[in-house]
Amino acid sequence: MNDKQQVTRAERPADVPTLMPRVDVFEDSTGITLLADLPGVPKDRLELRVEGDTLQVEGEILPDTPEGMEAVYAEIRVGRYRRAFTLSSELDTSRIEALFRDGVLKLRIPKHEHAQPRRIEVQVA
Amino acid sequence: MYESLLNSPGGLFAELERLQREIQQNFGSVGRPGSIRAVASGAFPAINVGSTPGAVEIYAFAPGVDASKVDVQVDRGVLTISGERPGERPQGDEKSAVYASERFAGRFKRTVSLPDDADPDRVTARYRDGVLHVSVGRRESTLPKRIEIQ
Repeated sequence: MNDKQQVTRAERPADVPTLMPRVDVFEDSTGITLLADLPGVPKDRLELRVEGDTLQVEGEILPDTPEGMEAVYAEIRVGRYRRAFTLSSELDTSRIEALFRDGVLKLRIPKHEHAQPRRIEVQVA
Repeated sequence: MYESLLNSPGGLFAELERLQREIQQNFGSVGRPGSIRAVASGAFPAINVGSTPGAVEIYAFAPGVDASKVDVQVDRGVLTISGERPGERPQGDEKSAVYASERFAGRFKRTVSLPDDADPDRVTARYRDGVLHVSVGRRESTLPKRIEIQ
């Protein structure tokens, strides 16, 4: 199953049309929070990849379509979301936390401990 | 400093290509008559409508919505889906910053005109993976019927 997916992925042309999911990106002193809307994507069709400094979010829409349904009107005409982000070096990609619920992906990308702000005490000599 | 986080890799041309694709997606139906209730693209939630011999299937792409607070009504041949999606901006400290705020927040309402044979008594609604799927049955009398030859 997994191998088959790998094969189909490799065979898929790179220019298949995809939708850009809408995102919110927030930063605080300890890291970055990214929220992405991926409605219609089941959990097992969501794919998150970090390659080098690039974070890629990809998901396939699987609507529960009844047999013999004809499309009458469609605002979502593409069955796949894809969006990539470049991460900067102070973000710790090994500790990314992901939560996916009701079509909303919530990613927490923490900063490296050493990149977090520290208050430096000024010693009075 | 984080500007690069929002740029898609591949730079300017990838961005132009994406724009072109989006235009095609959004204006692909120019020239065809649209519904009088049609709203500009990008409205929340996006809606797809399908038809089967037995029902009209409406899909509203509404991620992150509390399904128990979504109001689905059928009144005089018009299906209305309304509700609210709260903003999720976290309570940050003084160092917090917002780099992208593209997701919809607030109250929403969308309407779909149903065909004449839609039966307001046979409506089901399910919410799964951020998609609200409303199925409106067609009246029995309009279903295709095979007539026996005596």
